Amino acid sequence: MANVAVCVLGSLGYDRAAQGAAGAGRALAESVGGELHALVIGPAGDDAVAALASVADRVVVGANEALRDYQPEQALQAAEQLHAAGGGDYVAVLLSNDTYSQEIAPRLAHRLGGSSMADAAAIRMDGDHLLAQRTAYGGKAISIYRLKKQPAVVWLRARGFEPAPERQSAGEVTSVDLALDAPRIRITGREVAEQEGVRLEDAQIIVSGGRGLGGPEPFQELKRLADSIGAEQGASRAACDAGWVPPNWQVGQTGKKVAPELYIAIAISGASQHLLGMGDSKVVAAINTDADAPIFKHCSFGIVEDYKAVVPLLTEKLQAIAR
Amino acid sequence: MRVLVCLKQILDPDVPARDFQIDPDARAARRGGANLVTNIFCENAVETALQFREAAGGDVKITALCYGESSAEDCLRKAMAMTVDEACLVERDGSTNPDAAAVGRVLAAAIRRLEQDGGPFDAVLVGRESGDWGVGQTGGVLAEELVRPALGFVESLQPGDGSVTLRRQTDVGIEVAEAEPPFLVTITNNEDNVPRIPKTRDVMMSYRKPLQKLNLADLELDSEEIRAGSSIFEVEEIFIPADEVECEMAEGDTLEERVDQLATRIHEVVASIG
Repeated sequence: MANVAVCVLGSLGYDRAAQGAAGAGRALAESVGGELHALVIGPAGDDAVAALASVADRVVVGANEALRDYQPEQALQAAEQLHAAGGGDYVAVLLSNDTYSQEIAPRLAHRLGGSSMADAAAIRMDGDHLLAQRTAYGGKAISIYRLKKQPAVVWLRARGFEPAPERQSAGEVTSVDLALDAPRIRITGREVAEQEGVRLEDAQIIVSGGRGLGGPEPFQELKRLADSIGAEQGASRAACDAGWVPPNWQVGQTGKKVAPELYIAIAISGASQHLLGMGDSKVVAAINTDADAPIFKHCSFGIVEDYKAVVPLLTEKLQAIAR
Repeated sequence: MRVLVCLKQILDPDVPARDFQIDPDARAARRGGANLVTNIFCENAVETALQFREAAGGDVKITALCYGESSAEDCLRKAMAMTVDEACLVERDGSTNPDAAAVGRVLAAAIRRLEQDGGPFDAVLVGRESGDWGVGQTGGVLAEELVRPALGFVESLQPGDGSVTLRRQTDVGIEVAEAEPPFLVTITNNEDNVPRIPKTRDVMMSYRKPLQKLNLADLELDSEEIRAGSSIFEVEEIFIPADEVECEMAEGDTLEERVDQLATRIHEVVASIG
């Protein structure tokens, strides 16, 4: 018997990312004729547990109160023990792409004697091996990796996967008490960055600004545009590195991987590292002075103009349409 | 205190897409005219270590370590020009793209060797991922090989009372952590750890600083498995995606007309979302 596990943080609940990871897990489990198990690190809300039980054959919750407050060493210990509590016969353990899952994955793979991989956009089994597709060289290439040891512990570009379908009967839920050591690195403070509206990863419309804006002030102008169409604001790495906007606005290889219905790139040239973060957008529009900017090879419509001339006028017109 | 920073030498990731080519036999990028550079997050890690030393009042010795080809000596010299104290190159043998398991084992063995000779490293700093393959697994694997606690995506280290205060970026904000040495962190970039430009005098001085060279045999890792470097994963296939699309440019005689067209298109999409 070979099963598939999806490993989620209880504190994050059954969000869109967890739904995608479970969806990928179900497809993989069906391909190997096995079950899908959900391993939950830390106490989760009743709704989240019920939602997981509706898509998984089995849910194992590591319910220690200590796990409510994420600590990397304890979360790792928990994942290792949940893996055993679930039966341990997993061809793959799949995780979402939140910060915590990203940092746990390679270490969990090592502890389980398996193979690890990051940011997979597609996965499938090939015999005993998992094949994982992802980008390489800052988005300039696509690579397919062969993961040679089981379990394959992979964090996914989770929102890109279809949510898991609900089952006719709910999976069995068990709660286990785990043995946790006091961590030698302890997270003592959390500052959730001020963020109006929804997370960038979940945003339907994003207005992003780049290096070409030249400073922090133009982001105010972009905010008026964003507000006129109910968009969230993002930025390129150059704009974040310059300190014009907070780091959590960054869309790109080392920032957020977003998948909105509409992505408007303003004064962003479209370096491959940026394209990698917004490549899953349904429709891309660009405003740039350089007609040869790579962004124009990756957008549906655009305008070759200085944003200074376009944005105020565009905002005005969109506001007028909205009225 | 002792701090170790791991470095990786990579093909310059800023090669424009139009010059980028794949070597199908090597299943990797063709070097072409591209320079070899230090991975940016590794340079951020060097800068972070230097700032930690400055904040600690100087009583911190920083060592740079690299598993790479002889050309990677340039990365280590540059780190020493940035005023890292000493360096060690483990000369790579075999695969040019070893997996995280192979790299983690080699770095761990080298770290233990350096610790035997010079005392324990309180902190090990690793870039969060590389600008070439970007798999981002080395830090985690190395933490496990060394059996040390770890934190990812750290942007600064501050000396504390017997511990080190870490500040790191998460997908929703910032976290602060207290770490008891020895520990490992992966380093991400922010506006404060942009790598410094070495001073001319420090560049000259870097050639007088000690650069130790080791090979796999020195580390008792002279095995086929390490040289092949693919015990947990390998590249099966690599290709350049053909995802360019036709862009419809706003047209019209006046700016007003062109922006009008753009607004209409944007409104169509927005309205379809509901």
